[in-house]
Amino acid sequence: MINQLSWKVGGQQGEGIESTGEIFSTALNRLGYFLYGYRHFSSRIKGGHTNNKIRVSTTPVRAVADDLDILVAFDQETIDVNHGELHEQGIIIADAKFNPVKPEQTKAEMYVVPFTELAAELGTSLMKNMVAVGATCAVINLDVQVFTNVVEEIFGRKGEAVVQKNMEAIQQGYNYMLEQLGGKAGIMQLAPADGQQRMFMIGNDAIALGALAGGVRLMAAYPITPASEIMEYLIEKLPKVGGTVIQTEDEIAAATMAIGANYGGIRSFTASAGPGLSLMMEAIGLAGMTETPLVVVDTQRGGPSTGLPTKQEQSDLMAMIYGTHGEIPKIVMAPSTAEEAFYDTVEAFNLAEEYQCPVILLSDLQLSLGKQTVEPLDYSQVEIRRGKLVQEELPELDAKSYFKRYEVTEDGVSPRVIPGMKHGIHHVTGVEHDETGRPSEGAANRQAQMNKRMRKLGQIRFNTPVYKNAQHEEADLLLIGFNSTRGAIEEGMERLEQEGIKVNHAQIRLIHPFPTEEILPLIESAKNVLVVENNATGQLANIIKMNVGHVHKVKSLLKYDGNPFQPHHIYDGSKELFPLQGAVINGNV
Amino acid sequence: MATFKDFRNDVKPNWCPGCGDFSVQAAIQRAAANIGLTPDQLAVISGIGCSGRISGYIKSYGLHGIHGRSLPIAQGVKMANKDLTVIASGGDGDGFAIGMGHTIHAMRRNIDLTYIVMDNQIYGLTKGQTSPRSAQGFVTKSTPKGAIEGTVSPMELALTSGASFVAQSFSTDLKDLTAIIEAGINHKGFSIINVFSPCVTYNKINTYDWFKENLTKLSTIEEYDPSNRELAMNTLMQHNGLVTGIIYQDKERPSYQELVHGYADEPLASQDLQLGDEMFNDLVKEFI
Ligand SMILES: Cc1ncc(C[n+]2csc(CCOP(=O)(O)OP(=O)(O)O)c2C)c(N)n1
Ligand code: SF4
Repeated sequence: MINQLSWKVGGQQGEGIESTGEIFSTALNRLGYFLYGYRHFSSRIKGGHTNNKIRVSTTPVRAVADDLDILVAFDQETIDVNHGELHEQGIIIADAKFNPVKPEQTKAEMYVVPFTELAAELGTSLMKNMVAVGATCAVINLDVQVFTNVVEEIFGRKGEAVVQKNMEAIQQGYNYMLEQLGGKAGIMQLAPADGQQRMFMIGNDAIALGALAGGVRLMAAYPITPASEIMEYLIEKLPKVGGTVIQTEDEIAAATMAIGANYGGIRSFTASAGPGLSLMMEAIGLAGMTETPLVVVDTQRGGPSTGLPTKQEQSDLMAMIYGTHGEIPKIVMAPSTAEEAFYDTVEAFNLAEEYQCPVILLSDLQLSLGKQTVEPLDYSQVEIRRGKLVQEELPELDAKSYFKRYEVTEDGVSPRVIPGMKHGIHHVTGVEHDETGRPSEGAANRQAQMNKRMRKLGQIRFNTPVYKNAQHEEADLLLIGFNSTRGAIEEGMERLEQEGIKVNHAQIRLIHPFPTEEILPLIESAKNVLVVENNATGQLANIIKMNVGHVHKVKSLLKYDGNPFQPHHIYDGSKELFPLQGAVINGNV
Repeated sequence: MATFKDFRNDVKPNWCPGCGDFSVQAAIQRAAANIGLTPDQLAVISGIGCSGRISGYIKSYGLHGIHGRSLPIAQGVKMANKDLTVIASGGDGDGFAIGMGHTIHAMRRNIDLTYIVMDNQIYGLTKGQTSPRSAQGFVTKSTPKGAIEGTVSPMELALTSGASFVAQSFSTDLKDLTAIIEAGINHKGFSIINVFSPCVTYNKINTYDWFKENLTKLSTIEEYDPSNRELAMNTLMQHNGLVTGIIYQDKERPSYQELVHGYADEPLASQDLQLGDEMFNDLVKEFI
């Protein structure tokens, strides 16, 4: 019995690799397993190696597995590129069609199954992915009937005959493989799951659902990897609440349209990746200066420029905190799981309205596109707080007066009215302005308005700015990360703990304003501090040093080759600190 | 009923005396009053430039944004609150240089708002550089030997970009300009109004007198028919774009909002934001 299975399917882009993984994982999720899927793909539609690595477990998993139990190969390249991940008892199941060759170095067993041929005999070679799924079932001893629902959902529209054929393809794959195994199913017998029904979604789904639950009515966006799923989900759902998605001509239009809509009184946002965020910077400054709520999602990917558009990276941090000229109050959030992405998205809209400023919700490619099992989301935790938005009637103003939209208040936040309201007329401008919004360049007014704006975030209320797993009063090591590195850090930490190393973990959820008070005690009580991030310059580490100090203690574990951290990277990188405590590692793992 | 005076505030424009933009400001105030709007029902969204200051000189809601982006902001405002009358405005640099992409796409999109360009064929605020509307050979601070590049023809461009209301006017002709702005506001869909609005400080060529000499009123052309797009295009070409009046109007084309699937009848801004348990649970189920 195994409690965990690591399975990968690979082939040429466009030949159904994704659907193979999708069918396999959806069915297993419904059985109550915890899944984590990560796709390797390139920015072209057809051709090029692609693979989908899926982890199946009886307990929650949030990282790409270190090794591989089963590699399903539709071409030789899949074997050549991925066999190194297979452990000694791992197996390759390869399509007979390409006369697979097992590399000499690998100890894994290879089974050859005529995926394409069996499928073609049933009517169409397109069903080869079903055959592959069936073959996998024989290895892990899974009843092929668990796929019935999924197959019906996908092919039901095409009629009962197509459904039957696909089920038949799965069965044939199973039978063929069973024979190869000498009639004994389950050489890797997967322990049964708890049968709980949980969601299975990518981070972008969670963000989109969060936006919907958070009251969004208009999304303005321009397509880009890895953000597009957010707009694609919402164009299906927003019409149900009277709203819509507008695909704009560029990201400048997307951000400014969202600003216009927020000024107009609704919740509106945009989502993009680095290149789009670069274009939005002037607009983000406008939102800051005019104190207009604005939520922007940045799904980080490999930069700079077009960089590695389909690969994991976390290198937009500094740009998101400091991007836009001049100085504005801004909030930068970084959820690390799909659950957090959902709740944090809702919260982003609340904070944007409460503090009347831009809020950037950072994600990264691994979180945005990694498909994971998600514990039930609790709608009763969703609250909508609109801050100082004036909703009652306003007292009459004399003909000459304007409403004090930028009134200097103690907390810096001023009452906000939306166009259309009686007696609320005021001006809004990106030029420095007085309390009514009229342009004003006077020195005293400038100071007063600047102070008022910057004061807003002085006492920001944020539920959980840092996710902490800190059992030790004095730790040998404190691991710090943000966004999707959480799973790898947790597993790496587990292994270190097993060796007697006392490890604490902090995952930063509020990047800016930086939660110094939360982090300081953890750093002070740790002998070593290792900041784990997918970038080349240690941006989070630098932010920590800037805000918290301890410049000599804070070290970096960096990875910027386009791939996510796996648990062993964390383990290996941390181990370098012991016994050589204090050695600087710029571990280019 | 509100009069045009109700659309005045006490901010003194910092425009040069004689600037064409004064008349545009007055025409917007008059048109709004004529239509029967009250100041709180109007939102004027403007870009950056001398012209961009206009939203601050009209008593109504208004947003003076960033250079070239009045249109996307205005479209966002209108999507949020369909009951508001939304006017976008700015200079020829704002709309035909830095904001040109938005101009074309706003015309295609056809969201119901009125876009007024104050076209002075020069960059006023930055003190006299060439604009995409400057004539070839035009000498400015940035083209000391004369402009080399060709000139953008906004009205022809509007016709080919699918604009449903295309008009041009001249800023001294307050009556005509007011009537055109009213027609633009009443038009269901996107309306673009290019207004020749002379810069008395930096453009010594395209002066009030120059326009008086060179402009042709469409109302003087016999059998001109603004519903005929081909005629509109030919007329523009014959007159080198120098005509005033409603050049083209497609009264049949539905606005963007009429075509958006599911778009609410009441303004989005007055909606309750809660999804409710039932809808949320349904959405969640789709992921299981
Ligand atoms: C992004 C950006 N680039 C440049 C400027 C400087 N700028 C301000 S107004 C303007 C052009 C003004 O010309 P136009 O739009 O024709 O308006 P006018 O002043 O003539 O009314 C420029 C280049 C700016 N504000 N923002
Ligand atoms: S510089 Fe030209 S456009 Fe600007 S205010 Fe003066 S006259 Fe008007």
